[in-house]
Amino acid sequence: MVSRTTADYEAMRIAGCEAVCEPAFWAGFDRSSAAGFYDYFCQLTDYEPKRAAKFGLPHFCWLCINPKESEDMVLAREVLALIPTFLERSNVLGIGEIGLNKNTRNELAILEEHVDLAARFNQLILVHTPHLEDKLKGTRLILDVIKSDSRIQPERVIIDHVEEHTVSMVLDAGFWAGITLYPESKATPARAVDMVEQAGMRNIWLNCACDWGRSEPLAVPQTALEMRRRGHSAEAVDHLIYGNPLRFLSQSPRFKLA
Amino acid sequence: MTRQQALDLYFMDARCKLIELAAFLDRVERSEGDADFRLEAIRQALPLLQAAGTERAKAVLLSLSDPTQEPIPAATGKGACGAWPGIRE
Repeated sequence: MVSRTTADYEAMRIAGCEAVCEPAFWAGFDRSSAAGFYDYFCQLTDYEPKRAAKFGLPHFCWLCINPKESEDMVLAREVLALIPTFLERSNVLGIGEIGLNKNTRNELAILEEHVDLAARFNQLILVHTPHLEDKLKGTRLILDVIKSDSRIQPERVIIDHVEEHTVSMVLDAGFWAGITLYPESKATPARAVDMVEQAGMRNIWLNCACDWGRSEPLAVPQTALEMRRRGHSAEAVDHLIYGNPLRFLSQSPRFKLA
Repeated sequence: MTRQQALDLYFMDARCKLIELAAFLDRVERSEGDADFRLEAIRQALPLLQAAGTERAKAVLLSLSDPTQEPIPAATGKGACGAWPGIRE
């Protein structure tokens, strides 16, 4: 978790976390060159796994140029060209988090190129859906792009940051749905459990963001507590917060827990 | 979870958020100058809370969302503000 101190790794381990899956994402500022991404990919695939390992946490990652920086198509294509050399690294799960931010034509074109890259290298895909008022439209556009590529198997794709107005369209299309827990935006633990109770547990993955803004690394265990408060069984909690991600991630030959 | 258990678990939290929303609207009303589309977006969403059924959260999210379908030509910024600036009739 490149934006976090090791105190968070330690707290997650104490709370029962078994592994970290870190997507390539926006740093809060735009990188000035593809070389910046090269260094970032080295950090995600070399340095960060060693840092997490000191606290007993296996570290995995996803690689891409995030949609916030995809508006610059020249830069985006330079970064896309870097990715294949990193795909064989032992902790790389696939391509992500790709997707859309403001739902622009350039973002859409780079999304299509990421999907093509994933198809050519047989990679799992992690998709970021846009924020707030842009999420509904962006999710529809993203689903259209991925469904139109016949090489992509929906069960190997997770569409992340779903909310009440997008969860059904994602699941109905055969994709995995990620519910991302945040203190303010996306979903709270209570709303996440609401969605699970209404949509069912199948192919839903809860995750928490550990980024540079307000976020809560222990939001998943907090949601487990929320489920128990409502009377869900320990088995149901385990199924949702451990079994489901394990089932999705085990589609990658690189995902192994000791 | 029974309805009584749901109330026991979440009533105080919902009460707190309801009063926070009321206080926010009062704060905006007391302030000087013109409001923008975000205030109207909230006003349009409020009646959805009174609807029957179990999809109020979905309805509120839909009311705040961009309903258009075509990608835009270019981004004018990176952020989202929480409400669609287009006019809803």
